[in-house]
Amino acid sequence: MLGLILLFPLIGFLINGLWYAVLQAPQGRKKAGSLATGLVASSAIFLSFAVGVVAFVQLAGMPEGARVIENNLFSWIKVGGLSLDFVLRVDPLSSLFVLVIAGIGTLIHVYSIGYMSHDETPGRFFAYLNLFCFSMLVLVLGGALPLLFLGWEGVGLCSYLLIGYWYQDIEKAKAGKKAFIANRVGDLGFLLGMFLIYTTFGTMDFSALREVVVQRFGGMAPAGAELAAVTGICLLLFVGCTGKSAQIPLYVWLPDAMAGPTPVSALIHAATMVTSGIYLVARLDFLYALSPTALEVMAWVGGLTAFVAATIAVVQTDIKRVLAYSTVSQLGYMFLACGVGATGAGVFHVITHAFFKALLFLGAGSVIHGMHEEQDILKMGGLKKHMPRTFLVVTVAWLAICGLPPFSGFFSKDEILWMAFASNQGNRVLWALGLLTAMMTAFYMTRMWIHTFMGSERFDHHKVHPHESPIVMVAPLYVLAVLSAAGGFMGVPHASWLAHWLEPIVPHVVPAEGVNHSMEWVLMAVSVAVALLGMFAAHRLFRDLRRPEALKARWAFIHKVLWNKWFVDELYEGALIRPIGRVSQALWRGFDVAVIDRIVLGFGRASEWSGQTLRLAQTGSLQAYAVFLLLGLVLTLGYMIYGLV
Amino acid sequence: MQVVEPWVVLTFAATIFLIGLGGLMLRRNILVILMCIELMLNSVNLSFVTFSRMHGDMAGQVSVFFIIVVAAAESAVGLGLLIAMFRTLRSVDTDDIRLLRE
Repeated sequence: MLGLILLFPLIGFLINGLWYAVLQAPQGRKKAGSLATGLVASSAIFLSFAVGVVAFVQLAGMPEGARVIENNLFSWIKVGGLSLDFVLRVDPLSSLFVLVIAGIGTLIHVYSIGYMSHDETPGRFFAYLNLFCFSMLVLVLGGALPLLFLGWEGVGLCSYLLIGYWYQDIEKAKAGKKAFIANRVGDLGFLLGMFLIYTTFGTMDFSALREVVVQRFGGMAPAGAELAAVTGICLLLFVGCTGKSAQIPLYVWLPDAMAGPTPVSALIHAATMVTSGIYLVARLDFLYALSPTALEVMAWVGGLTAFVAATIAVVQTDIKRVLAYSTVSQLGYMFLACGVGATGAGVFHVITHAFFKALLFLGAGSVIHGMHEEQDILKMGGLKKHMPRTFLVVTVAWLAICGLPPFSGFFSKDEILWMAFASNQGNRVLWALGLLTAMMTAFYMTRMWIHTFMGSERFDHHKVHPHESPIVMVAPLYVLAVLSAAGGFMGVPHASWLAHWLEPIVPHVVPAEGVNHSMEWVLMAVSVAVALLGMFAAHRLFRDLRRPEALKARWAFIHKVLWNKWFVDELYEGALIRPIGRVSQALWRGFDVAVIDRIVLGFGRASEWSGQTLRLAQTGSLQAYAVFLLLGLVLTLGYMIYGLV
Repeated sequence: MQVVEPWVVLTFAATIFLIGLGGLMLRRNILVILMCIELMLNSVNLSFVTFSRMHGDMAGQVSVFFIIVVAAAESAVGLGLLIAMFRTLRSVDTDDIRLLRE
């Protein structure tokens, strides 16, 4: 049955891909419109969603603790002692991810029908989108690390293809390349981590791995070489996560990835692919729990990423860039949660974030679509009147990401902050970092919201006529708005359905001793107050556009640093890319051309010369050959009779 | 009955072989070269028969039959080639035929 979940998007990919590649592209025929291709792709992913729901219901009907469905499709790799089956497995964790991927995927596919209606090659777009969903589902359904890696690489490929979808624009093609390369750096860590797991534990299947780990350590903390191995595994895999999930130091690709079409940003770079790092950590939670060092690194990287990305988002003016940095920041939150041991809270935030960030991106897409491809929020304003439906849903998402109760973002963010404060691995600094980030999040999201929908209309009325998007784009937004508003209730503190559901995979975290339980309510109030403060500050500041200008002039240096994203891209360019380029040049000229090429050419010249010389012996004269024959005969006989002379 | 000593026959065969060999290397007419080859083959036959008689082993005689058969085939093919060559090149002189050189 689980194979069906994968099969439908694959079929959709093949239909659209072959239709486009075989029938449309080569003959320059009129391309199939977005409606036909989009319907194929949307129904494919919807069927997959339906099977996912069936699987979820079946899981829910099973006894607790034994909720797992496993399908062994075929024997995949058999080399020496390594035998690997193509096992698909659904458990509480992956069932949630399947629902999020296929569910939000369906909404975004439907939305794309409208968004890509003016595009020239929607068939190609939908084929890629289906292929992405297929890979992503392989990633979460795979029962072993190599299978997860297969999906991991597949989504990387699709991300590359979709970022560079409008590849005629060299900047967009470059953005795709950057994403791919940054991800490859992370993948190296992933691969090494995978190898280390295999050499340490002798298996790569998740359930077998869990058994081995439980058997070997049995609740005891590992020590010595084993601790080093576990820490190494966790850190190497985390390097993979920093690439895929856009954390420091590899986060630089995600903001550039906004070059892709907006539905892609919503699906891949907000809701699904970038959360696969969290999925990996949650999947291997039993391993991460054994390594305090890895957890601490993860918490700090997550916290710092959340903070740094939020500071950058404060000054950006491209609507999609603001959302991109916001995504990086929220992903940092999730890793912060995982790092303090509260993986369940991280997964919770993955789900709520998928709802409201997909909604924000799609809302932004709707705005961009209505504004004729304008992305600069300083050139918008007053769109409330022109796009009332989009305004409504984006407002819901805005309240959710700011963390106001009872919207979904409040519950997950609050749980993360509480865990950062109260769990054994957490501490006050991490909590303060998270709180500060929460305030900035409220601030920059309010800024974006005000700039886009409120105030005066700053666009050129002669050129731009903002209009509401068609129903096919707005309908998915409504669904997401409902989810963003109410999705948080699956994780109400102390009565969390989600934490209970995930219990077999990620154990529930209890606050450290000495932390007063009433603190939880105090912190909740604090985080709401902080969010309100951020919103209020933004409201005061951006009501009148002259005030931010004055502020900008006064803090010109800070603005410059933030506007240029802390100069990280320039730093990487100078410290890594250029030296590597120079070394490569030197190796090319000094070694490849000067040594290797010369050796190869030398062999060619030597055989040419020896051929030229030896051909002199070939006279063509019959008698000469006869003489050689005789000579050979005499020599052979002489050798046989007298031995070597 | 007067029996011919083996060494006489062997010397005779060796002489004929050397004559054939010399002709093979020195003469330029392909027809003659073919005849020289024939000469060499037959001198070898003679040696085989002699050795066979000396050792009382019939294997030598059997070899002779093989050689005669092969020689017949060889001269048939050789003469065929010779005729074809003469028709195309109007010559049977090996000095005129150096096609293998280039």
